[in-house]
Amino acid sequence: MTEASSALAETVRDEGRRVLATLIRTTGSVTLAEDAVQEAVVEALEHWPVEGTPDNPRAWLTTVARRKAVDMIRRDAHRTDKEAAAMDLTGPAPDLPESVVRDDLLRLVFTCCHPSLSHASQTTLSLNTLCGLRVADCARLMLTTEAAMARRLGRIKHKIAVAGIPYRIPSDAELPERLDAVGSTVYLMFTAGIAGEAVRAELCDEAIRLGRLLVDLMPDESSLQGLLALMLLTDARRTTRTDVSGDLVLLADQDRTQWDGALVAEGLGLVETALTRSRHRAGRFELQAAIAAAHASAASSADTDWADIVRLYDALLLVEPTDVVRLNRGVALGERDGPAAGLAAIDDLDGLGRFHLWHACRAELLVRLGRHDEARTAFDSAIACSPPAADLRHLERRIAAIR
Amino acid sequence: MTQYAALIYTADTSPTAETGTLYEEFGTNNAASIRGGAGLHPTSTATTVRVEGGRGGDVVTTDGPFAEAREVLAGFYLLEAADLDEAVTIAAQIPGAWGGSVELRPTLDM
Repeated sequence: MTEASSALAETVRDEGRRVLATLIRTTGSVTLAEDAVQEAVVEALEHWPVEGTPDNPRAWLTTVARRKAVDMIRRDAHRTDKEAAAMDLTGPAPDLPESVVRDDLLRLVFTCCHPSLSHASQTTLSLNTLCGLRVADCARLMLTTEAAMARRLGRIKHKIAVAGIPYRIPSDAELPERLDAVGSTVYLMFTAGIAGEAVRAELCDEAIRLGRLLVDLMPDESSLQGLLALMLLTDARRTTRTDVSGDLVLLADQDRTQWDGALVAEGLGLVETALTRSRHRAGRFELQAAIAAAHASAASSADTDWADIVRLYDALLLVEPTDVVRLNRGVALGERDGPAAGLAAIDDLDGLGRFHLWHACRAELLVRLGRHDEARTAFDSAIACSPPAADLRHLERRIAAIR
Repeated sequence: MTQYAALIYTADTSPTAETGTLYEEFGTNNAASIRGGAGLHPTSTATTVRVEGGRGGDVVTTDGPFAEAREVLAGFYLLEAADLDEAVTIAAQIPGAWGGSVELRPTLDM
């Protein structure tokens, strides 16, 4: 795609998403609104490259999408012209203030991430409806077939319609919990991209795109700034995470000069704002982002401020008291106070026996303590947990290195 | 407005006087949303009916519920709510949801 046509596609996609959100509110139907906007987008991609992009792309798309919606209602034998009129679709498109358009988009975000939908459904729907990805692209990213994806999307949208999943911004009382669901969905999308065998870059890109949209929509929410920062700082290391043969490169061994400086700078700025804004009530995203920032701002692994990182993990444990967080804290402790302290902290955890990284972290600390036989046993236990292929190759190399 | 069946799944026991009071309280507090419903006797009183071979076939009855389970259908309400969020708020007040669970299903127009 040339730069000009890719910029055009970007405009169509961004504006299409806003037009869609408003049309869902007007028609009360996700499916009808999507079909109408889809047709308007197709028309835009045909006309604009020839006739030039209109002065007001959103107004153009809105007018065409509303006309398409009316056509669809007329074609549907069960509906009448009166319905189209009742939906206020037949007059000229109203010139909506930016705040209304923004709220419509927010409503759509909360509908897509409604807690009555499974995480997989939330991600799928967000990719399709919020990111505007075609069914075929959603299928590729969610590792399924196009037919299966079409069925899955159909089921989700059917549930939204018949179960009465609301299209509204939650009340202040509900907001923290619902915002958490929104953040989790976006972050799951991002980690699904990172954890893929070959990094599914597009999934990461879409998650970051949504993260930006959320920060834009709710600029006062420090958790969303934290989320975006966490994704940017992680993404900045994307190319250094694996070597040319696709093998894992640990954080300590990554070539920091290859980290994306612009993403790091943007992430660090966001972390600072998020921490200032959340003050002493920083949530998991702000704190995880702060930990990523501590790594990102160290010139080398040896220069890392481990005391600061241990402190951040202590704070994170207060809001997310899980064994995985305790494991990460143990590793940081091993850097701050030496391997014996780290090992003692990690050995205290007894619920992670089936998690390969628990065994692998123990093994690394045992190596540093010169207890090679125990380290080998721990590496073997890690392999017995059937880790992902890249981790498995890494573990095998580590065992070979201590032979 | 959407109508929902709120299907209450709990342990397979007869209700006590205490649960009776709690349900009465729920009914009073949510009278505006409740369109119908009933509590059910334990599954030891159930008879399952099946017509084998389809319509007009042999009527086969078996003693007991359709399927044995730890939590069983113990009662239901027909609720009317503006949307799923409102229905969830009401369902969370059903005493059966506190120890068991309540399944919300939108009803078909018939």
